[in-house]
Amino acid sequence: MKNYMVSKVILRWSLLFLIFALLMGLYGAYIYIFGSVHSILSFRQCRPLHVSAAVFWILSAALGSVMYFCSSLVSSKMPFGFLWHLFQWLWVGTILTILLCFFYAKFGGREYWEFPPILSVPLLIAWLLASVNFFAIIKRINKPYPVYVWMWASGFIFFGIAFLESNLWLIPWFRSNIIRDITIQWKANGSIVGSWNMLIYGTSIYLMEKISGNKKMAYQNRSFLFYFLGLTNLMFNWGHHTYILPAAPWVQHISYAISMTEWIVLISIFRSFRIKLQEANKYLFNIPYRFLLASEIWLLLNLILAIFMSIPYFNSFSHGTHITVAHAMGTTIGINSMILMASIFYIIEENASEVLKRHRKWIIFLWYIVNISLLVFWLALILAGLIKGLAGPEQISTQFTQINAKIVPYLTWFYIAGFGVALALGSLALMAFKILRLNFKVPPNKI
Amino acid sequence: MKILQVRVSTHWKRILFFLLGIFFFGYSLIIYLYCSGNQEYEMSNAAKQGKLLWQNYNCNACHQLYGLGGYMGPDLTNIISNPNKGRNYAAIFIKNGTERMPNLNLDSLQISNILEYLDYVDKSGKYPDRNANQNWYGEINPSNR
Repeated sequence: MKNYMVSKVILRWSLLFLIFALLMGLYGAYIYIFGSVHSILSFRQCRPLHVSAAVFWILSAALGSVMYFCSSLVSSKMPFGFLWHLFQWLWVGTILTILLCFFYAKFGGREYWEFPPILSVPLLIAWLLASVNFFAIIKRINKPYPVYVWMWASGFIFFGIAFLESNLWLIPWFRSNIIRDITIQWKANGSIVGSWNMLIYGTSIYLMEKISGNKKMAYQNRSFLFYFLGLTNLMFNWGHHTYILPAAPWVQHISYAISMTEWIVLISIFRSFRIKLQEANKYLFNIPYRFLLASEIWLLLNLILAIFMSIPYFNSFSHGTHITVAHAMGTTIGINSMILMASIFYIIEENASEVLKRHRKWIIFLWYIVNISLLVFWLALILAGLIKGLAGPEQISTQFTQINAKIVPYLTWFYIAGFGVALALGSLALMAFKILRLNFKVPPNKI
Repeated sequence: MKILQVRVSTHWKRILFFLLGIFFFGYSLIIYLYCSGNQEYEMSNAAKQGKLLWQNYNCNACHQLYGLGGYMGPDLTNIISNPNKGRNYAAIFIKNGTERMPNLNLDSLQISNILEYLDYVDKSGKYPDRNANQNWYGEINPSNR
């Protein structure tokens, strides 16, 4: 089997995970706002179903994209085709088992990885199999490596490390102190997100290089400066989540200092605003570019929110409120999913451009719907979070229900907008899923 | 000359990568060993069992501890020391459930273990601590409970 065919399989699965995540998100939000425990699937089941499906959409689509683009960089077959097949079935099989476990209320893990911990083993093995193929492929790429290869490599390495770290709680010493336990949990989850960001942002730079034809961009010192800044953040920028813990003060000092490096990225975005505008005028006709453009706008909005959340004073109001959810949704849908959609439509464009042309108007329409809906969705969550944060501690039962009643109007808007996001993003995913079903005639590296 | 520049540059990139990697592993080790500061509350065996039950029933999907978890139900960090609630109040909720909380059909030992765990969490700190002192460089000193 050709390389691009293998990536096609994992990409199609990733789109199914996305559609499932959107359905579970709608169902979970309905129970959260309007429902009760008598629902067919309780909130404690549908929340991990939604979160895990979303996480596996991101990881699977990122893996599929990276392996496809790597194979395109070297005009040869996958070095260890058998391992890639094994990875694919182990990865998808484990994910389906995890979703089934949640469906039957079998848990045992922790936030974001709630499945029985034994299932971490096949996931990690699958990741190692994919990594073996990735590193075997990049050995064939001409040196010096462009920045996106560094980013992809960092993503592969640090996801493995951070995923292992997220399972350290299985050793009794690590879980015997709650402050240590929660600190490590945030640390590992922060690095996991940083790792998949490396895979995704690397893909974004690769796509921009291909769309613009500017090959210098991926070798510039500026690109590497931001890569190392990103790597530093991957390693150390998780601490603002732990300000509220009675941990050692130096954890807070370092966390704050590292978080504030995000200002460099923000200033850089503002400085390059005019260039971005010219770029947008030039490439807006291009479908993958549209998704990249959306991801940059969402990056700016979420960066501003992240900087606010990283300032201890504001953090004390935003932590544990819907502002955190707004940030998580803004980054996973607005940034990650937009880049991954750009990547999938770029692959489709390379292999079936005629089919894409036929759907062009419909895709642009859905692009507007998903982004406008997401903006309403994001703002509604921030407003709900602000009200909750300013209302103060929710330790008394009456206060909890009173605060909930106050935020219901905002959550209703969140739900309506969420419907728009799910419908538009789901339609895009379904469309891409159907197109990817077609047998591409020409291998990508021959185009 | 250009090739030389690129080679030197790649060399320095590798060095920087490995240096960051060393810092990462060093910092991780320090975090594991010392992040909890002076807080070394011993978790009883019952609390340990309670923690595992908390995970096995995915209580985190709806409840938070130190703000981490779902928002369907309230944060339970200080439920035990709350003057308006306390241990018995929490026990009734766990045993019977509510309109928005399922009855998980736990036996009395399991309920007791979960309460022990919540008691342990409660003693570890206060959340949210709106009266904590904050300074400009990010240090947050908890208020006296």
